[in-house]
Amino acid sequence: MNWQLLPQFATTGLLAGGPIALMALGLVLIFKSSYIFNFAQGQLLLIGALITWWFSVELGLPLWVSIAIALILSALLGLVIERLALRPMTGQPLLSIILMTLGLSQVLQGSALLFFGGNQRNFPQIFPAGDPYKIITPFVYEGNPIVLILKQNLVWSFIVAILGVIVIGAFFKFTKAGLAMRATSEDHELAQSIGLRIHRIFGISWMLAAVVATIGGVLLATSSGLDMSLSIVVLAAFPAVLLGGLESIPGTIIGGLLIGLSVGLVSASTNQFIRNSGEIMPYVVLLLVLMIRPEGLFGQKRIERI
Amino acid sequence: MTVLRPAGEFDTSYAEDMATIRRKWQWVLLFASIIALYMLPLYASQSMVALVNRICITIIAVQGLNLLTGYTGQISLGQAAFMTTGGYISALLVNELGWPFYFSMPAAALGAGVIGLIFGLPSLRVKGFYLVMSTLAAQFIIPWFTRNAFKDLLNGAQGLNVAVPVIFGLEINTPQRYLMLTLTALIITTIIAYNVSRSRLGRAFITVRDNDLAAEVLGVNLFRVKLQAFFLAAMFAGLAGALAAHQLRHINSETFNLTDSIILMGMLVIGGLGSNLGPFFGAIVVEMLIEIATILGPVFSDILPSTAYGAVQALRPLFFGTALMLFLIFEPRGLAYRWNLMKAAWRLRPFSH
Repeated sequence: MNWQLLPQFATTGLLAGGPIALMALGLVLIFKSSYIFNFAQGQLLLIGALITWWFSVELGLPLWVSIAIALILSALLGLVIERLALRPMTGQPLLSIILMTLGLSQVLQGSALLFFGGNQRNFPQIFPAGDPYKIITPFVYEGNPIVLILKQNLVWSFIVAILGVIVIGAFFKFTKAGLAMRATSEDHELAQSIGLRIHRIFGISWMLAAVVATIGGVLLATSSGLDMSLSIVVLAAFPAVLLGGLESIPGTIIGGLLIGLSVGLVSASTNQFIRNSGEIMPYVVLLLVLMIRPEGLFGQKRIERI
Repeated sequence: MTVLRPAGEFDTSYAEDMATIRRKWQWVLLFASIIALYMLPLYASQSMVALVNRICITIIAVQGLNLLTGYTGQISLGQAAFMTTGGYISALLVNELGWPFYFSMPAAALGAGVIGLIFGLPSLRVKGFYLVMSTLAAQFIIPWFTRNAFKDLLNGAQGLNVAVPVIFGLEINTPQRYLMLTLTALIITTIIAYNVSRSRLGRAFITVRDNDLAAEVLGVNLFRVKLQAFFLAAMFAGLAGALAAHQLRHINSETFNLTDSIILMGMLVIGGLGSNLGPFFGAIVVEMLIEIATILGPVFSDILPSTAYGAVQALRPLFFGTALMLFLIFEPRGLAYRWNLMKAAWRLRPFSH
């Protein structure tokens, strides 16, 4: 273990956990309302970022305007996906629904590649790239104070992502629509019998998930560039969702941060083999969670009856 | 659905009742078509034979997945990772120890099966999404392992070059010669898959799929049966991976990736879950779709110049995903079910019900 760099890597990992939490939130939103685990979330992320790029770079609109347009378009896309692909699957077995979202992910990936092409692109910088923050910590290692160097876009992405999760969480907790969504997640038939239109609620949750995905896509693209592999990044969010618990919004923050932290800690190792394991660390954590506590930290344990 | 049989055909013994192939002409037809397939190099082009090779290998992998997902109901997104395992094991045995391929391939199947057991272990405690996640973990951890562990043996991300299979001094180095190998393997796996599915084990698989709690009450050892399913599925995948590695003569961690796992799963659904014909229909239809995408790719590049080099890569997932979604909405029981309906309609003709 490289003790001098450990605080640096741990902090960077935690900050990287912010966007992971935001991606996990998109998955939880859909799961909470309709019991669908959306494997196409990564492609929603990619398409959101690509639309933003197209409006701001190709058409030359101001960045904030293009982000707004991308948010609106992705909300529409979410609505269309729910209506065309997932509505016919209501009441179908789990396998069909999982495969539907997998098929959707392939279609979205193919369409993105067809219309935008697969080149690496430069995404406009939202946050200043140079001039990283320097924090001198009170800890001292072998006579030198430990200094944390944090890139500005990492810090600001973290703040935006966590704010996003909190805003959506508050929406769920305090608004009438949020209450309706929580009621739907408890029991579809019961919610329907008190007059909630559950299909509309499914639509809203897909819209929200697509919007969240676009924000995540823009944040990731601005810090690490934009190409087709952006859709793979979401795979790190699946373990975060399971770690936090499939139905828990606060769980996404904890899960995302823990996953980010675990990757960061592994990167601080002096052993090259362990250091390389950063890319699969989320899945090692996932296997541990599945073996020790499958319902996650904040999930609901379900009792099965015949 | 009930089995509809031609009028006037009755079983007179138990063996006849259990038989898969009942009539003499069906036997004749079966052997004629097998021989016709073996003779394929005589009348088909080399690219056609290569396509048939690929389809045969894919069918073997999908058959394994069918036992696991179609019969036992355990959803797996790790099939391609087990193919990677099989490919690497066979490559190592041939390259390092000088084994002949007819020993290394069964060994690869067994080795992949053991790895499959490890990743099947969580299936006792978790199911549904959770199990999908744990097999997805296999899909990431195994390729990562081949890239990073034992670098002097596995050669890191570059992967291994695989020797040409040799039998009695004859090098199997053309698609035409390789066809003999893949067809034989396919026939063996088909016999295994068919007989597993109708044996005691296969019936245990089906009870676990339909209601695992009820199966346990009935005395099915859930853990053992699920692990047997994982073992069989990974074995089939390992064999398919070894066959593919020897054909490509190269394997690395990206030869079989997550997309391949998804495509194998999609083939199974398009063909028909829990049916022995399903893998055949699914693999053939999807491979054809991918071929069509390859042919149409250049046409699209002319229309949309922004995708100059990526049109084929874009069309493949697009075609496959669209087909999968349409099947899930309109024919969730797959082509095998449609085929049975057609057979029934033919036998009931001219009365449609």
